[in-house]
Amino acid sequence: MNVKNEVKIIFPSNSCNEAFARVAVTSVISALDPTVSEIAEIKTAVSEAVTNCIVHGYRNTAGKIELYVRLTEDNTVYIRIKDTGTGIPDIKKAMEPLYTSVPEEERAGLGFAVMENFMDRIKVTSKEGKGTTVKMYRKICSGKNT
Amino acid sequence: MPVIIDTEENRIVARLKGEIDHHNAKELRSDIDVAIDRNRPEIVVLDFSGVTFMDSSGIGLVMGRYKTVSAYGGQVFVENTSAQIKKVMRLAGLDRLAEIK
Ligand SMILES: Nc1ncnc2c1ncn2[C@@H]1O[C@H](COP(=O)(O)OP(=O)(O)OP(=O)(O)O)[C@@H](O)[C@H]1O
Ligand SMILES: [Mg+2]
Repeated sequence: MNVKNEVKIIFPSNSCNEAFARVAVTSVISALDPTVSEIAEIKTAVSEAVTNCIVHGYRNTAGKIELYVRLTEDNTVYIRIKDTGTGIPDIKKAMEPLYTSVPEEERAGLGFAVMENFMDRIKVTSKEGKGTTVKMYRKICSGKNT
Repeated sequence: MPVIIDTEENRIVARLKGEIDHHNAKELRSDIDVAIDRNRPEIVVLDFSGVTFMDSSGIGLVMGRYKTVSAYGGQVFVENTSAQIKKVMRLAGLDRLAEIK
């Protein structure tokens, strides 16, 4: 599929960059003319993935997060969010709704459930000690240029 | 200031503002908890009319307050949520815990 646009941003794992990542993604995908609700859902999924890198991947220590966004001619948004932190020992368990490895921090264990519900497809790869990559797809249905 | 808290008899209303994510949930949480600890209100209203964005960190925030308040017999009401926020809350089944309007 022909690429309409692609953007790669690398930023440090400061929690203030959660908002930055949402704004950056919103700005890139606006070219596909998404609805308010499509923007809100994609933003929420991005916020979950980036927060997970900061909270779990780097356990609130310094690290780098890579955000890659690609828009293709079929009006699909592809987003990849990557950290080189702790990794996930058991992905299947981690993706179960309400599972969290840090219940004492008032986390709901719903980040992956949000990503799965708000995106068309998500794929998680991870290696302990090496890091985690989340890939997400969402087709924009409202685009004028379909 | 991300939250304005009005204290009435037996009731506090916390008017949340801006975006609720992991970055600013901590401050919101401690501001609300100070008011809850001080007053032990029967009813805690979380007013979301000024909230423009929320992710699962907001779910943690509501669930945490629900736990504290219901432990002493109080009630939590969530009010004025936007469509995006309602969707996130439903996903969490929060509509079954706290009353969402
Ligand atoms: N990037 C990551 N690196 C390491 N572990 C991760 C990463 N992302 C997720 N995890 C693991 O998967 C679990 C589930 O993630 P999920 O986002 O669903 O819930 P949570 O972050 O614990 O809570 P919430 O997102 O509701 O605040 C986490 O508790 C953590 O153990
Ligand atoms: Mg999470």
